[in-house]
Amino acid sequence: MSGHDHHDHHHDHDHSELSETQLRVRALETVLTEKGYVDPAALDVLIETYEKKVGPRNGARVVAKAWADPAYRERLLKNGTPAIAEVGYAGRQGEHIVAVENTPKRHNMVVCTLCSCYPWPVLGLPPVWYKAAPYRARAVNDPRGVLADFGVALPQDTEIRVWDSTAELRYLVIPMRPAGTEGWSEEKLAELVTRDSMIGTGLAKSPADLK
Amino acid sequence: MNGAHDMGGMHGFGPVEPEPNEPVFHGEWEKRAFALTLAMGMPGGWNIDMSRFARENRPPGDYLSMTYYQIWLAGLIDLMKERGLVSDDEIAAGHSLRPAKPVKRVLSPADVAQTLHRGGPTARETNSKAAFAAGDKVRAKVINPLTHTRLPRYVRGRVGVIESVRGCHVFPDSNSQGLGEDPRWLYTVKFDGRELWGADTDPTLSVSIDAWEPYLVRA
Amino acid sequence: MTHDHHDDHHHSHHDHGSDLTEMQLRTRALETILLEKGYIDPAALDELVDIYEKKIGPRNGAQVVAKAWVDPKFRKLLFEDGTAAIGSLGFGGRSGNHLVALENTPTVHNMVVCTLCSCYPWAVLGLPPLWYKSAPYRARTVADPRGVLRDFGVELPKDTEIQVWDSTAELRYLVVPMRPAGTEGWSEEKLAELVTRDSMIGTGLPKQPKDLQ
Repeated sequence: MSGHDHHDHHHDHDHSELSETQLRVRALETVLTEKGYVDPAALDVLIETYEKKVGPRNGARVVAKAWADPAYRERLLKNGTPAIAEVGYAGRQGEHIVAVENTPKRHNMVVCTLCSCYPWPVLGLPPVWYKAAPYRARAVNDPRGVLADFGVALPQDTEIRVWDSTAELRYLVIPMRPAGTEGWSEEKLAELVTRDSMIGTGLAKSPADLK
Repeated sequence: MNGAHDMGGMHGFGPVEPEPNEPVFHGEWEKRAFALTLAMGMPGGWNIDMSRFARENRPPGDYLSMTYYQIWLAGLIDLMKERGLVSDDEIAAGHSLRPAKPVKRVLSPADVAQTLHRGGPTARETNSKAAFAAGDKVRAKVINPLTHTRLPRYVRGRVGVIESVRGCHVFPDSNSQGLGEDPRWLYTVKFDGRELWGADTDPTLSVSIDAWEPYLVRA
Repeated sequence: MTHDHHDDHHHSHHDHGSDLTEMQLRTRALETILLEKGYIDPAALDELVDIYEKKIGPRNGAQVVAKAWVDPKFRKLLFEDGTAAIGSLGFGGRSGNHLVALENTPTVHNMVVCTLCSCYPWAVLGLPPLWYKSAPYRARTVADPRGVLRDFGVELPKDTEIQVWDSTAELRYLVVPMRPAGTEGWSEEKLAELVTRDSMIGTGLPKQPKDLQ
């Protein structure tokens, strides 16, 4: 594939288009505000919510609780939505959450090939790579290649299960609990749970990583 | 529709490039585009399936060269133009040039938390019985509708196994066209990687989709 | 499809404009470099351009079709061994080494596309038009040929079988359209005037005698 010029080109493209888009968004917001369709203060609250409040720390708490509390883990795997609501998380883009558990034999990975479905209440808004073509195109037919892009190599014989979120179910991966964390508190365990480990493109941190 | 959004299995996009310490939004306009899209759902009156169709329904070259929130913005503008809520000359002028159309409700700052918390569950009660049970072998139908569907091309015609019965859910193929929710049984269907991509595929790979009953036939 | 993407379209036209100037400069720079390195002879480039701009074009194919309409022996050869038949008229070579002629009849209409790139029988039709190489034609012909025909203003009877030939290998297809009524006794030269490029791709029909007046 000859892509380089193309790439450079693309970038230029993006820059001029982005400033154009900036102006367009500002114009649109003014029009919609003048018409009374939107309240700018509500926009601020929406942004604040997803920028500051809802994020992967929510999911990390859920995972840590599942690691520490076997009864909770069972409830979570059986019916994700109410179990997650117990910890206080629910709502938009998380109305039907399914938790899938990684084991030594099986690694789960979540993608949305058709758009960018993602469990907002537990992970916040998706990162750019999750919404971009390389991930959406390749996760379903070369997940090991994708994992390699993230620096993750799994044993040859690990079963890799990819979940393509084509409906309103939202998937949360429960990564494996790292060794050497016996007796840790939920709070401390939660520090090991990365966003990517809950999408399936990463693994949980090991205790050594926290030092 | 067979659009550029249906990209499972396409080649040539290059590697996935994670961004270290990625911010939630890249630039002020992304925040506003995001919030405008969420906020307009209430007065606009469209549903999530209409939004998805509005985003994917554009020339593939455009879709692939636009950034994520550019696609959101384009979809939002199309939805509003279809309903006569705004027009191009107003966006160009940066001001409202005509009186607003009456709308049911406008999202207030006080509503935000509750609206987000409520979300939009798609599960519906039904008296019908599910046609398939866990363990059944099914084939994804070969369909090529010009309108919205959530059956990706890469599984059409392929045989998989029902893994879970997920209840009865709003059917996007109908809901996106304003033809009603028409709830249908939803299943998680698991396909062997080799069935999807050929005999030389990594034997450890399996892929599942969530498929409504009208997408499937018994195999 | 409902949407008008006016702004977007506008936009991309724009870009193309600047792309073209960029491409002109880039092509000129490349030609200069290759010339300086002695890899190319500019006179050969001129000759190549001249051949495909002025000499090889759909008039070649029209001659083939007109001859097939009047000469039963040639017609037989054309459908049995297209390459030999066009060779007997002096056509062949690049993108015409394996020519297959397809006959339209009252019951079957043939249409040629190359979904994967833009394969086209250069030897008899010259270089393909832009639409033949572009995404709308390549994407839609195999799934909705009648819709494509409508884009060309062609409406066929409902029960006509439509056979689409996707040129995925080195075979090159030439459609031989049906000879229009009211052309009995016409010379090959006059018949050839009825044979349009699109009628040999399958996106059009030949002209009628009245179209020539």
